[in-house]
Order: sequence, then structure tokens, then C-alpha cells
Amino acid sequence: MFRTRVTRRLPAAAAAAGLALAVAACGGGSTNSAETAPQATAAQLNPNADLAKQSLMVTVWDGYTPKELQDMVKKELKISKLDITIHDTNETAMTKLTTGGDSGIDVAFVSGQYAQALNEQNLLEPIHAELIPNLSNLYPEATQLSYDKGNKYSVPYTWGTTGICYRSDLVKTPPTSWNDLLKPPAWAEKKVTLMTTERWLALPALKSLGYSVNTAKDDEIAKAKELLLAAKPHLLAFDDTTFGDRLIKGEALMVEAWDGWCPTTDAKQNIKFAVPKEGSDLWVDTMVILKSSKNKEAAHAFINYILDPEVHRWAAENINYKVPNKAAMDKVKIAPGSLLGIKPAQLLDGEAIFDLGQASTKFTRLSSEIQAD
Amino acid sequence: MKVSIEARPVSPSRGRRLGAFVFLAPGLTYLIVLLLVPLALVLSYTVFQRGRFGGVVYEFTGENFARLFDPLYLSVLGTSLKIAGLATLIALLLGYPTAYLIAQLPRKWKTIALVAIVLPFWTNFIIRAYAWIILLSGPGLVNSGLQALGLEPVELLYNEGAVVTGLLYSYLPLMVLPLYAAIEKLDPQLREASANLGASAFTTFRKVTLPLTVPGVMTGCLFVFVPSFGNFVIPEILGGGKTAMVGNLIRTEFLKARDWPFGSTLALALIAVLLVLLLAQAWVARRA
Repeated sequence: MFRTRVTRRLPAAAAAAGLALAVAACGGGSTNSAETAPQATAAQLNPNADLAKQSLMVTVWDGYTPKELQDMVKKELKISKLDITIHDTNETAMTKLTTGGDSGIDVAFVSGQYAQALNEQNLLEPIHAELIPNLSNLYPEATQLSYDKGNKYSVPYTWGTTGICYRSDLVKTPPTSWNDLLKPPAWAEKKVTLMTTERWLALPALKSLGYSVNTAKDDEIAKAKELLLAAKPHLLAFDDTTFGDRLIKGEALMVEAWDGWCPTTDAKQNIKFAVPKEGSDLWVDTMVILKSSKNKEAAHAFINYILDPEVHRWAAENINYKVPNKAAMDKVKIAPGSLLGIKPAQLLDGEAIFDLGQASTKFTRLSSEIQAD
Repeated sequence: MKVSIEARPVSPSRGRRLGAFVFLAPGLTYLIVLLLVPLALVLSYTVFQRGRFGGVVYEFTGENFARLFDPLYLSVLGTSLKIAGLATLIALLLGYPTAYLIAQLPRKWKTIALVAIVLPFWTNFIIRAYAWIILLSGPGLVNSGLQALGLEPVELLYNEGAVVTGLLYSYLPLMVLPLYAAIEKLDPQLREASANLGASAFTTFRKVTLPLTVPGVMTGCLFVFVPSFGNFVIPEILGGGKTAMVGNLIRTEFLKARDWPFGSTLALALIAVLLVLLLAQAWVARRA
């Protein structure tokens, strides 16, 4: 059972103001692992539990699930209520889930490395596979994700990789290597962007040097920094939100991009996507069940419902993200040029990003150093 | 010490005090709940440790303050001072003549000019920043114009100059308005007297108008400098993420790095710099 005790050594300044207590409780709880209970055994779940007595609170990115999901789930699963709250980034989801005691959230959509970190903090309920028969719809590859082999605590919802998105009509030669971004040829001078989010900022440099994206070694990060600093004068910008528009406008010719964000199906421009030969990452957005949930049977039923091919295909058809669900993908019509066609085996060549705990501050520093130079 | 309280006319002053309290209460509550308490929290976070998922682990550390003096962060502080200072200086050089001219206009035109000054505020800040991209970018309007004239395109966007331009544009009205207020209320007879006594227009400006409007100048400079110094939107949009200001660092620490304590420490440093400037402004204004 997870519980934060905010009052422990609460700062005197805050304690002085009576109101501060309330603010602290919702704004800044402690997340001290020493306080969590020792490994609890998985609760026994009742497969015949009356779902009508259970309600669910789900946190998910805006627009990541169908608008009608609430009605669909209520009708299909007969649970008493489904509340959906929105988070804009993994970080805000983490804040919701880990501060201020019981969050009241039953199911959370978070990226793989965050699921891994939550599990290491003993906050996740193990997945009871017997309650999710639709797990069999997943590609075999989707059960071999390196941060959670066998889907012990997370179930993948979407997956993809990072590569180079480019204007095939304007580049002299199609990019094949991360070095095409890091040391752009003369025709691409100041027409190239890299991402700003720290782990993806480091990715091209780390891969080009042959290192792991999960390295915490100081000398490897230092070499990556040198490479990025040398690249900076040749870049148009650091950008991880509008790179697709930049390509369409012709402001950029090659950009580092997540596959789902590369506008390869844009009718006007000839845009293509390539995974560099040095390799890339594998990102997975997953569904997890919180240990603190009091509606675990309903939570399992919810995940099972999402894995239904008719439901899961929505993500591929509407938000253009690949789903790790074979039965669902088989039903999706894949347009020519669409990146939905990337095969699971190809994706698994990518290295899954792990949460690095305290070592992640090294990447924050790296990105600050690159920016401030 | 013996003070005869009974001798004082108690009831009217008590009534007035009650009245004052009633009127002050909403403002005071607002200040305490939304300013002082959060400030106290931010202050307290600076001496604790980072939680893995953000938040704060309540174990004492002095490390956040030590990190502040790392050359990396000092250089970002320096860059922010430079960029915000430059934007403020240019705003003053552009804003003073503008305000001066508006103050000389006939009444009807004054109103029109002032509305025109604040008009940009009616549009969303971010949209206005993006408008500059359309103007300045490689294939943008300015460069298309240059090329149409047979000139070489120039690199206008995603550098410090673009950040200064963006900040200047965003906050120029905040410079013009206090300057206008200061110049407008200046007694024209003072200038006439100066002219009658044989001073040239420039001497009159230097010896009469300028010294009397120094408080307005200081206010305008603060209004431009303060939001520029902590800004993170403009450097991100117009600086292309290639320039880091303190605001960007604070945002990164809170939202991406999940390091609230160090983000708080940076925020505290920002507040400290601004406090010094405010005190300097108050001091100069009093002497002027």
C-alpha cells in the first residue's frame, strides 16, 4: 500500500502558514521509496466480481483514445462510471500518480520507461493475464519489450520509433545515417532540426557513436555533447513540436522525428521517413494498473476492452500510431507511404528507452549545456 | 507607560478600522494565498532533494545553491541579463520619442494613438510570436522581398537578435504607456519658461523634460525588463531553442527534468535579481 506522509519534516516556513499544509498536500508530496511497503504479494482478484459496483478513473493523453470511449466502456463493461482525466506529458502523469497519497486513478497511460520506473517504486499492480484474454491479440514481439518482458506490469497501447523525416523532392541524397543530421551536407546547411527533449536530443549523437541510448557513462555523454555542440551551428532549430510543419513549408529539409509525427501522407509534399543505419529507439506507450486501485477487476476488464481489435484499431486509423495488436492491425487499411506499415520485427531492432533514475540529471545537464552554448 | 485608552475617541476609529479591514480583506487574502504561500513553498523547496518523479524529498541539502554558481548557470543568467537589457534599452530609445509625440497630439488623436499602442495586446501572445516566424524565416516575407529586389536572403530567425526583436515587440507598449503618463502630466509652462530664458529645445529637453520624467523612464524599463528577463516562450519560438534564458531553465527543471528543488532555486535567483532592480528603481525614483 502506497502512502506519502507529507508532514514528515515539513519545512518550517510552510508549516507557519496554516494554508500551506493544504497546498503542500496537493502540490508537493514526498516520494520516498523507503516509505513504501515491502514487496506485497499480488492481490487475489475475483474473475466474477460484479463490475457494476466498480468505477474507473483513467488518466490519458488528450485525443489518445476515442471521444466516445466513456459511453462505449460503460455500455460494454457495465461498470458504474468511467472518469477520464487528461495529462499533457508523462511528467504531469507522474506528478498526479505520485504526489499527495492515493491519486484515485485506476489505470494510467504512460510511456514504457515510466511504467518501468513506477514498477520499481512498487506502485503497479501485476497484470493478471487470466483476466485479459485479448492479450493473445498482441504481436509476439509486443510481449518481448525489454523493459517489461512478458507484460508483467504493463500492456502496450501504441509503439514506434524515431528516425529522420525528410523532403524526398528537395534532398540531394536520401538520409541514411544520423550523421546526415549531425554533420549536414552543404545543401542542408541550416535546414535541419533536432529534438529538444533531452533523451531524444542525445539519441542521434549516442547512436552515431555506437553507444546505448540508456548510457549513464560520463565519458560517453561527454562525447555525445561534443558532437551535438559541433552540430549546433549547422542546425535550423531544436524543435519537437512543429518539425512536420517546417518540412511542409520547406523551411527544413531533414528533421529528427517520431514516426507518428512525420507527415508522410501529406498530399502536397513528398515526405519520407528513414530509420538510420546506426539504429534508433523503440518507444512504447503502455497501460498500467495502479496498486492503489480499488477497482482492479474493472481495470483489467478495461484493458481487455481496449485490446479488442475493433477498439484498438481506432488509434492506428485516427491518430496514425502503430498499435502492437496484430488482430487490430490486420483490419487497418494502410495507405501507400504510411508509416503504419513498419513491421514489428523492425521496431524491435530499436532500443527501448529506460528510466535512468538519478542519472537522468546528466541528460538534463547535457541539454542545458547544448542550449546555453 | 500609562496611556489612557479610554480618553481616545474609540468608536469612529474602530469603525474606520473595521471598514478598512473589510475592504482590504479580499486583496490581502489574494496576496497571502496566491503570492506569499506559494513563494514560501518555492523558498522551502530550495533546500531539499529531488524526487524521482518530481516533487520533493524532504531531506536537507545545500547542493542546489552550490549548483547555482556552476559556470553553466551563471552564463545563462548572463545571457538573460544581456538579452533583457538590450530589449529594454531599445524599447526606451523607441518608446520615449513615441510617447513624447503622442503627448503633443490633439486630444482626439491622442486616444487613437494610445489605442493603437495597446491594440497588439488584443491578440494572443503566442500567435504574435509565430507571426514573426512568417516574417523572418528563410522563405519568409522579408527574405522573399529581399530576393525580389535581387538581394541575398539574410538569416534573421533563430538567433539572439530574433529573441530581442520578439521581446521588444511584445513589451514595447509597456514602455510607452508609463512614459506617456509621465510626459503628459508635465506642466507645459515649465518648458515655455525654459525657452523664454533662452534655452534651446535640446537644452530644455535635457534639463527640464528628461529629469522630470525619470520616474516614468524607470517604471517603463522595469515593465519591459521584468517580463523579458523571465521569458521562456520567445526564446523557444523565435530563438529556435538555441538560446537559453533563465525562464527556459526553470521550465525545463520543473516540466522535463522533474527537478523541482533546483527549479525553485533558479526561480529564487531570478526573484533576487529582480528585487535588486526594484530597490534600485525605488532609490533612483526617490532621488529624482
